[in-house]
Amino acid sequence: MIKNFEELNALRDKAVKSMEIRLERTDITPVEGGKIHILVCGVAGCVSSGSLKVAEAVEAQIKVHNLGHDVKVIKTGCFGLCAEGPIMMICPEHVMYTKVTPEDVSEIFESHILGGKVVKRLLAGEKEYEEIEDRLPQIPFYKMQKRIALCNCGIIDPENIDEYIALDGYQALAKVLNEMEPDEVIDEVKKSGLRGRGGGGFPTGRKWESSAVVKEHTKYVICNADEGDPGAFMDRSILEGDPHSVIEAMIINGYAVGSNQGYIYVRAEYPVAVQRLRIAIKQAEDYGLLGKNILGKGFDFNLEVRLGAGAFVCGEGSALMTSIEGKRGEPRPKPPRSAEKGLWKKPTVLNNVETYANIPQIIRNGAEWFANIGTEKSKGTKVFALGGKINNIGLVEVPMGTTLREIIYDIGGGIPDGGTFKAAQTGGPSGGCIPAEHLDTPIDYDSLTKLGSMMGSGGLIVMDEHTCMVDLARFFLDFTVDESCGKCPPCRIGTKRMHEILVRITEGKGTLEDLDKLEILARNIKASALCGLGQSAPNPVLSTLKYFRDEYVAHVVDKKCPAGVCVSMVKYIIDTDTCKRCGICKKGCPAECISGDKNTPFAINQDKCVKCGLCMEKCPFKAILKNA
Amino acid sequence: MSEKCTLCAEAQENAKKLDAIIEKYKDTDGALIPVLHEAQDVYGYLPLEVQRTIAEKLNIPLAEVYGVVSFYTQFSINPKGKYKINVCMGTACYVKGANDILDKFKTRLSIDVGECTDDQKFSLDACRCIGACGLAPVVTINDEVYGKLTADDVDDILDKYEDL
Repeated sequence: MIKNFEELNALRDKAVKSMEIRLERTDITPVEGGKIHILVCGVAGCVSSGSLKVAEAVEAQIKVHNLGHDVKVIKTGCFGLCAEGPIMMICPEHVMYTKVTPEDVSEIFESHILGGKVVKRLLAGEKEYEEIEDRLPQIPFYKMQKRIALCNCGIIDPENIDEYIALDGYQALAKVLNEMEPDEVIDEVKKSGLRGRGGGGFPTGRKWESSAVVKEHTKYVICNADEGDPGAFMDRSILEGDPHSVIEAMIINGYAVGSNQGYIYVRAEYPVAVQRLRIAIKQAEDYGLLGKNILGKGFDFNLEVRLGAGAFVCGEGSALMTSIEGKRGEPRPKPPRSAEKGLWKKPTVLNNVETYANIPQIIRNGAEWFANIGTEKSKGTKVFALGGKINNIGLVEVPMGTTLREIIYDIGGGIPDGGTFKAAQTGGPSGGCIPAEHLDTPIDYDSLTKLGSMMGSGGLIVMDEHTCMVDLARFFLDFTVDESCGKCPPCRIGTKRMHEILVRITEGKGTLEDLDKLEILARNIKASALCGLGQSAPNPVLSTLKYFRDEYVAHVVDKKCPAGVCVSMVKYIIDTDTCKRCGICKKGCPAECISGDKNTPFAINQDKCVKCGLCMEKCPFKAILKNA
Repeated sequence: MSEKCTLCAEAQENAKKLDAIIEKYKDTDGALIPVLHEAQDVYGYLPLEVQRTIAEKLNIPLAEVYGVVSFYTQFSINPKGKYKINVCMGTACYVKGANDILDKFKTRLSIDVGECTDDQKFSLDACRCIGACGLAPVVTINDEVYGKLTADDVDDILDKYEDL
């Protein structure tokens, strides 16, 4: 139990000592007499590729070599390079190993831990960075990043509150309770320029203020951790790597607006995040950082985890609140705003995970420090989940104003397999596609909206020439049709009609008229749908129509899919010059539409062909071509 | 006969667990969704009988309980297979060929999305992004995650489970 500020500081000073190895970058120290921390990423991506087994293997090796006193293994948060997982980092040297298997661990022990020699084949980064001196900060992936929301991820053990406290955790809470009035806290957040990281980009301080001014005894603060955008895993990584930063921010939020009860609404699809949150809340309660009379200052705050149940619309504020109330997660018309009548008709503030993760540092370092990072209207940093056709798939945090080109080529390492960049999709099903000509746009809330996309929660999916933009628009509409809650007709009926038109186009049955119809429908839905889901659902269609209209035209006029994705427009043909007349394709064709024998050239009957592509797969001479 | 008795015992056991769950949340605001989550953990799905019990004991109309169950994709009114296959259809997986993988599962198991094989061994679902985009395309079978897949890997994976 921490009763006051002094006890918190004493605990911090004690706890930080056992973490020093991880924090200071010194040269390799010999093992004799020294201590080593082996950090293994324990977050979703790496866990899925087997990092927990690697951690077990490390434990086993510690026993084998009887190093229990000198070597410690710590399961940390995300290092960012998710596609290279499982990731391991050895401190104090900060040497990062990638794609580590349990079998590699004994070599790491014999060579590195005991012998002082780095295992070069497992080193992170491009192979020219083989010298130890050139490690982490020089790897381009890390060089351009600035970690605020992710600052503790990959350093601390998320299941150990002492490690969070060691790195100044809960100091912001102490500062707020000791030195600041609630309205001063709100002023500080307002001055920082922080805007909501969940999508809309509403100024956080103003949001807090509008709830604070309502005179009611019961108020709620909610953390929106219903990260439903496909391709987005920022919030998941924060919750799994640094849950206390969110908890601390929520307590501060409660103090600022006068609320004693908070909820974290988290996706049930994120079991590890749920478990880590529960552990973190329990630890904070045990320390008296949650509950009654926090740090002896007379402020009470309780926190509860609520699970989503797989409805995308529950990421919308009012739908989320109805879901917590135990009902179908349907949004409601506004006004009244949630700040006045939210959860159980009480004033409610709702913020996203990443927004909260910024708060403790804004309080600790001051609003000015934060406001100096980023662009004029978008302050601070943004975490992006890089995915799709890009080399360094993973989690990156960059100052606002970084260009797409820098993110994709310098940090992301460009497009794999010599592919060409075609578009980047931001904002998930609510966002749009940004084409190559806008690669140099500095990314912030306003520039993305201007391009017809949106910041969204931070999913950034890169596409190359093998992605069909019409098919992609259809894919997103598929998603929205499925996830529309059905309450308002523009979304329920409108998105369905848009989807039908898109299916028609991808099947080669579209007309030029359809393109106009799509645009009219899209604009009407945007203007009339009840909630954010419906209002933004047409964005993927509008942005692809704007930047890739020629592709739509190719589908409806030439009946061709330039990317070769839309099955009904694909044609398989046999190149008679390369064909050796072996007959393998004919034998394997399930539609029996290939004719030919030793004396007559082989050919595919296009009317009967089901376009399964099996012949192309089976041909040993690569004589079958896919003609888009 | 003896088989029937084990079934009875199991049913009684589950009913007890359900009662305990309802008891635990009875006084919580917005209890229905947490209760449904835990009930599904016990039964594997939410049969009408279970919904009825929950409705009665939480004093919520059955229609409302069913309304909530049918609204959220996590809740299922149909039994699932022993091995629950989920093919991630998030954008990152989609642009990396998740559709081909889903098709391969469909043909190999001769079932459609949302269905279960006749022997109750496999059920197939297309799920929302599971946030393991670094491993795209991704498939989960129960708690096991398979990443960076190609359609060719599907046979090997299923063979492994067929033998179990």
